[in-house]
Amino acid sequence: MKDVIIGLEIHIQLNKLRSKLFCSCSTKYHDSEPDTHTCPVCLGLPGTLPVINRKAVDSAIKVALALNCEIEEWTMFYRKNYYYPDLVKGFQISQYDYPIAIDGKINIEIEDVEREIRIKRVHMEEDPGRLIHVGTIDRSRYSLIDYNRSGMALLEVVTEPDLRTPKEARIFLNKLKNILEYLDVFDSSLEGSLRSDANISLAGGARAEIKNISSYKGVEKALLFEIVRQNNLVRRGVKVVQETRHFDEARGVTISLRTKEGEEDYRYFPEQDLVPFTILDRVDDIKKTLPELPDAKRKRFVLKYGISDNHAKVLISELGLANFFEIVATELDAKLSATWIADVLKGELNYRDLDISAFSPDHIIQILQMLEKDKITENGAVQIIRTIMDEGGKPSEIVDRKGLLKIETDASENIVLLVLEENPAAVQDYLGGKEESLHYLMGQVMKKTRGRADPNTVSELLKKKLGC
Amino acid sequence: MRQRKRGDISRVPGLFSMNINGMRELFNSGNSVEETIHSTFDKIERSKLNAFITLSKEIALEEARILDKNGAKGMLGGIPIGIKDSISTKGIQTTCGSKILEGYVPPYDAHVIERLKLEGAIIIGKTNMDEFAMGTSTETSYFGPTRNPWDLKRVPGGSSGGSAAAVAGGEAPIALGSDTGGSVRCPASFCGVVGLKPTYGLVSRYGLIAYANSLEQIGPFARNVKDVALLLDVIAGYDSKDSTSINEKCEYLKALRYDVSDVKIGVPKEYFGEGIDEDVEKAVWKGIKTLEDMGASYTEISLKHTKYSLAAYYIIAMSEASSNLARFDGLRYGLRLEKDKDWHNTFSEIKAQGFGEEVKRRILLGTYALSAGYYGKYYLKALKVRTLIKRDFESALKDTSVLITPTMPFPAFKIGEKIGDPLALYLADVNTVPINLAGVPSISVPCGFSGKLPIGMQIIGRHFDEATVLRTAYAFEQGGGCDT
Repeated sequence: MKDVIIGLEIHIQLNKLRSKLFCSCSTKYHDSEPDTHTCPVCLGLPGTLPVINRKAVDSAIKVALALNCEIEEWTMFYRKNYYYPDLVKGFQISQYDYPIAIDGKINIEIEDVEREIRIKRVHMEEDPGRLIHVGTIDRSRYSLIDYNRSGMALLEVVTEPDLRTPKEARIFLNKLKNILEYLDVFDSSLEGSLRSDANISLAGGARAEIKNISSYKGVEKALLFEIVRQNNLVRRGVKVVQETRHFDEARGVTISLRTKEGEEDYRYFPEQDLVPFTILDRVDDIKKTLPELPDAKRKRFVLKYGISDNHAKVLISELGLANFFEIVATELDAKLSATWIADVLKGELNYRDLDISAFSPDHIIQILQMLEKDKITENGAVQIIRTIMDEGGKPSEIVDRKGLLKIETDASENIVLLVLEENPAAVQDYLGGKEESLHYLMGQVMKKTRGRADPNTVSELLKKKLGC
Repeated sequence: MRQRKRGDISRVPGLFSMNINGMRELFNSGNSVEETIHSTFDKIERSKLNAFITLSKEIALEEARILDKNGAKGMLGGIPIGIKDSISTKGIQTTCGSKILEGYVPPYDAHVIERLKLEGAIIIGKTNMDEFAMGTSTETSYFGPTRNPWDLKRVPGGSSGGSAAAVAGGEAPIALGSDTGGSVRCPASFCGVVGLKPTYGLVSRYGLIAYANSLEQIGPFARNVKDVALLLDVIAGYDSKDSTSINEKCEYLKALRYDVSDVKIGVPKEYFGEGIDEDVEKAVWKGIKTLEDMGASYTEISLKHTKYSLAAYYIIAMSEASSNLARFDGLRYGLRLEKDKDWHNTFSEIKAQGFGEEVKRRILLGTYALSAGYYGKYYLKALKVRTLIKRDFESALKDTSVLITPTMPFPAFKIGEKIGDPLALYLADVNTVPINLAGVPSISVPCGFSGKLPIGMQIIGRHFDEATVLRTAYAFEQGGGCDT
């Protein structure tokens, strides 16, 4: 593959704040009727003025610190002038020179190799309203506007062009999302909480900017499409032109919005309705509120609990999962807890598209305690977990209801003898040197015990009875 | 019943030239606020001045009835006031003199309006103005020009021409204007009333429809300095909704004394230069001498960068305007097309139909000045000049307490005389715009006549030292300064 250069601009909606960036309107509009969370300021009515939400600035500093950025001494806002129906004032209050922070970095892991992705800048701006196109953007007959989103605080994180593949872009975004969740500044489950613009060029060719990709997976898909598209152009001898493109998520394609000649001149100039203000004096206080971040947690889990790095990596991928693990690991063996949570529980949750909050740590503690005391088999434990997820209930009650108590060795012996009696042909095969027949006989025993017998015990019993 | 009372009121001698105190005494002695307001509307409705775009008669009379019932309390209890149409008033049409905002009724009050209502003032209507405050004559208003009460063939000045004419013409004892480059002081000068542009940051701009937001302030008009000081007492002060608002308020009415013995006047020679009418120059110098006779001292000084101020002012004002006026796209309020087209054609056509010539000219020039490749050459350079001008004032006002200049280079000109020559009109702002660039306070007080046309004298002060500016103006006025 040709050299691919990718840079991302990620817009993060600080939707955990109580009010918008420049007015006191509530940010909790996601389940509300259009235009119900608005006021003269966020509707941009003539004569209104912005007043900065200091909590939003604190959140921005918090994120910038977590991304290892240099915080500027003071910061100021600019106007970015352009016309769009979702933009109530005909300009967006954004930042230009003197953003909140510059020069940060995040480490990501690509096939077990760590790579540093540099962060160019972190700045704040206001979110425009939301346009709802009837059908797709290029064919829509009319569009509707909901101004509830207008004036929400956005944080824009701009990377250097350090990403090399669409997969790396996805891994980077997941890492960023992970950090943001730890910082408790945004809820990624809300619509439009994270939107990306992706810049991509091939082998030193012209750069395409894909605007406003609203999902994590969308970024990877859009970039994959773009690589194929640009490669095809090059193969046919067509020059790739610098342009802005739109990603049609439903069709999985990018479409041209405008070429370089049509690029807007945003006429940035200082927003005089807001005065420049110092931020450096907030840094020490905010540093004290920084939680343990994913990388640090992963290291600590390996050191403190002696679990594998792979397990630690899975456990820290969600803050909820990491906290869940720590609750369980204080009651039980940490390695056992890690294995069951990272491998089994997480897998079962993923399969059902559920979140860790759907499972109680008490339940897993009870299940694992039964397992440790040899009351149930591993198979039985998995069955309990699945039953709780699918039907609800408590572990002990499910054990009773489904008869999952482990069968004692004596009882297992009787069943082994019965199976050997019922399957003389398989016994002959095995004695004749056909190893696989043992597996068949095992299967028959497990079937009769409905999985309640311990597989190791059964295997040993079988071998003993068959005289080897 | 009402008819009889109304007759009584309008027979009160000098009702339409009464100051705030006189009117308050009238109400305290049992006269009806409602009937006073009625008489005021009768006068306005018969008037030829065209000082108002919108009259808020129903609301005003309702307020008046409440005050009559509960007592006309507050610093401005029952006092009628005209509000420039660039200031947002809840429930009263606010057009900024433009077709693009015809029919727009704000759902909120500007901070100054909240303050006025708290003190019992009665808003009688929205006064005429140059469209989006872009003008020096009130001729660019979509709602037709306002006439000067001293000579109906002449302009009242601008852009707050409606407010000044209403006060001069006896249609309101007090009014509010806004001043971006002279828009309070120019019409005060042309109409022979007192008008103040406060220090940038003293009065909240929340609710003032922006023309050039880094330059403008809301300012009071009255027929005398005392009423201007009282009105400033009401509207000045910190507002958390305006991030440029500063808590530096004083008690202005209490600061008025008939004493200027400690006042050191600076007279900047650049403000008496080419293009200044002879009568104007004479009247202002006479004013300075009057103050000297009263005990003030004066020295001639120089404000070196004055000659760059018009260029810097218009670049900054137009640049900011090009951005401030972008929001008028007809989508959420204001002018609508009969039939919607696609987005680009709709907002283009709204602007084409809704904005007048002068507004379009300034938006285009401002857009150009902010464009890539020109920003450094124009806007940034203008900001640098602005800093130099500000320093000029700061250093001049170290050794002096006020500066005195003519407000306008000439008295009111004829309607239609200059409107075809935008540049000539821009030049008329030569003495007022540097004050906005520097952000200092400045008042225009009547200081004489040229024929039958009033002349205004400008008194400029230190940042947030409105008290000295007002005191100097007051002493001058009490010392009989206006007599010729």
